[in-house]
Order: sequence, then C-alpha cells, then structure tokens
Amino acid sequence: MRVEKHPVLGDREVGRLVSITVDGKEIQAVEGEPIAAALLAQGMRVMRKTPRYGEPRGVFCGIGRCTDCIMTVDGVPNVRTCVTPVKGGMVVTSNLRDGGKE
Amino acid sequence: MMTERRTFDVLVVGAGPAGLAAAIETARRGARTLLVDENGKPGGQLFKQIHKFFGSHEHRAGVRGYDIGRQLLEDAAGAGVTVMLDSVVHGLFENRVAILQAGRQITVEAGRIILATGASENAVAFPGSTLPGVMGAGAIQTMINVHRVLPGKRIVMLGSGNVGLIVSYQLMQAGAEVLALVEAMPSIGGYGVHAAKIRRAGVPILIGTTISRALGHGKVEGVEIATVGPDFKIIAGSERVLAADTVGLAVGLTPLAELAWMAGCEFVFSPRLGGHVPLHDENMRTTLPELYVAGDITGVEEASTAMEEGRLAGIAAAESLGIIDAAAAAADKDAVRRRIDVLRSGPFGEGRRTAKAEILKQRALR
Repeated sequence: MRVEKHPVLGDREVGRLVSITVDGKEIQAVEGEPIAAALLAQGMRVMRKTPRYGEPRGVFCGIGRCTDCIMTVDGVPNVRTCVTPVKGGMVVTSNLRDGGKE
Repeated sequence: MMTERRTFDVLVVGAGPAGLAAAIETARRGARTLLVDENGKPGGQLFKQIHKFFGSHEHRAGVRGYDIGRQLLEDAAGAGVTVMLDSVVHGLFENRVAILQAGRQITVEAGRIILATGASENAVAFPGSTLPGVMGAGAIQTMINVHRVLPGKRIVMLGSGNVGLIVSYQLMQAGAEVLALVEAMPSIGGYGVHAAKIRRAGVPILIGTTISRALGHGKVEGVEIATVGPDFKIIAGSERVLAADTVGLAVGLTPLAELAWMAGCEFVFSPRLGGHVPLHDENMRTTLPELYVAGDITGVEEASTAMEEGRLAGIAAAESLGIIDAAAAAADKDAVRRRIDVLRSGPFGEGRRTAKAEILKQRALR
C-alpha cells in the first residue's frame, strides 16, 4: 500500500512508473525505488525461503545488512532488494523452494 | 581487475550527519576531501526524520531532519567536498582505502581517514520473529517516509525508546493503526513529549510487557503479548493476542565498526552506547594516528550529537595535517565541545555523557 497523503510530507510525488516481473507476475514500480519497497507496496512480503527448512523471510533491516530480503535479479542471485533500485524490465525471482536441498 | 588510484588529504566513510559534517569542516579549511557512501543518495538516515529536532537554536531545534539533511548537502557542495556514491569501502590498510564502485576497484590514499559508518538496528528473538512482517523500526520509517510505502496496516511496536515512540507516531501519520507499543522495562524509555503524542492518539503504551510470539503462516497474522515479572520472565497466563499484521522492533542499535576492526585500532566495550566502539580521544582520534571516528560508530546517540562529533573530528583532522594551526583549531573545537556538552546534559543525556567520559578515561590510560 502506498502512502498517498501525508500531514507533514504532503501528497506523494509519483515518480516514473515502470514494469518489473516478480516470479512471473508483472507489477508496477517506481523507477529508482528499492525493489523491496515496490514489492511491499503490492503486499508481497515473502522475498525468499530459507534453503534448508523453507522458512519464509522478508525485509528486516532495510539497509542492506541482514540479507533477509535477497532475491535473484536479472539472473544475479543473492541481490539485496532493500538497497537495489528498480529499473524498468527487471526480472525478479524469489528462489522459493519447499525446503530441503535442491 | 583494473585498479584506479587517487589521493586526497581526508577521506570520510559514510555520508550521514556525522560524515557530512566532518567533510564540510575539513573541506572548508582547505583539505582535499573525499566523502564515500555505499548508498545511492547521501544523507544517511536524516531524510526519513520528518519530526522536528530537539535542543537549542544552535542545534537547529524545531527544524525537521530532512531540512537539516538538505542544508548539509548544500554546505558540502559549497565547501568543495568530492562525493562518491554507490561505493562500498571494503578495505582499510593504514592510509589506503579500498573502494568498490559498480565492479570497479578504486584505491584511495588519504592523509586522514574519518569513519562515520553509523549503526544498525538490533533484532530480538522470539518464536515467529523471523516471519516476514517483523521489521526494524528504522526500516519501517524508511519505507513510510522516504519510499511512501506502508509495510503493514496494524502494527505492534516493541521498545519505548525515542525510535519506538517516534516511528509509532509516524506510522499513524502514514495511515496505519498502532495497536500497542510494548515495553518490557517498568518505565517508558524515551522523551515524555513523544510518548504523550501517541498516548493522546489512543495508542496504549504497555510497560512491563513484551512480545511472546509472532503468529502466522508465511507472514505475521497476529502478535501474542504477555506481561513480564521483575525478572523479565513471562508471567504464565498473561498472554493475549493482538490482530496485528506487522511488528516493529525498536530495541536499540549497534555501532557499525567493521572497518575500524579491520584497521586494527583498539576498542572498548560500552553497553550504554551499544557495544564495542573504537577507543578514541577528545579529538575523535582512534589509537591509530591516521584514523578518526564520529557519530554512532563511537557509541549510539542521535543525529545532533553525530553532527557535532563530525565537526570535531573534521577540525582535529585538519589540525593534525597542519592545514590549520593549533590556536585556530582550539577555538573551533571548544565551541563544538560546548555544544556537545549541552546535548548530553539533563536526565536523558546523563547516561551517555558518563559513558563517553569513560571512553576518554580509558583512552588516557592506554
């Protein structure tokens, strides 16, 4: 959900909207915002599942330290989505697995 | 890999309030200054601070954090600071700094290096604490105020320090509902004025209470809170569930001191200031002659103190390079130190002031 109106900051200035693909689904995102922000705006909270037990993980620290929000972006694995800006046409996948080894 | 080499008088790592202030002071005094930050934009955490700052007029009281940030950026540009963004400092070897920028390796040699790397939020473990929807309060603040995204609609905040209080209020400003702010300690940690604002808005502040579990499949779907006894253990039977979809953790910060560890300077453990911090003197100089520190890396405080420490480190670094003489430096440093003393005064500043004094004492002993 987007914060459209704000008592201190005023109306949200909408940047350039672009499309990105997240696990095969096309979503609208603001160019330059962190990938994680674009996903949270769509209510998408699970960025990955842990390799061994398949537990879901999402954004925790938001500053690129905890690596809970890593996803595969344009074929590059383990990208920290909270500090990686959106570019139009990005393909993002969450490496979701049901647990256990591949 | 091709390595580019550059030389500066002063290199500052981290473009938050401390780093910007340090770079402004060195550049204004004529030092060729490079400011490096791993993020795409400078300002550190200032641009998510939409509340008005405290302190006196000379501490920019009543000015909102993002306006202070804009001013610092203007000043840095005016002073001629070279700013390098999207650039990760990953190595520090005496006067040489290794920087990675978009796959490119850059080595910078600098006469003085000032680390202003800040701090990171602490986590706390409880069943369900790894579920998506459990976030650092600072991370929530960035999402709502900078990116204008609400990560959830019904929030339980843990921790009643200023971060927990302020972010709870700002969540409401952003349109979320804060179901409760819980605090295990027997009293509220932050300023009464912040607590009063959220209480007036109808948010219960539950002291002597903690989060016992986050519930949900795949994401937070409820939060169980419970009363704790004087031993901080959960009192059986006191558990109750709130219909929250998000948890904010405001349980303190830890200095980000990896580069100082790598450099090999001495450390001191200061629980009051967030953990291990580089041992430093009254000039913000570490036990390594070329290395200075400023801001949260020297112990977690707040942005106003971080800026003053940055100024102090900048003036002292310029002095040690011989760019300004001792008399000029002494007057400038005294003025900064007087302002720092004011920021660390009063009942809320007392603990920090004592902890900081202890660091200087330890430095003098070694």
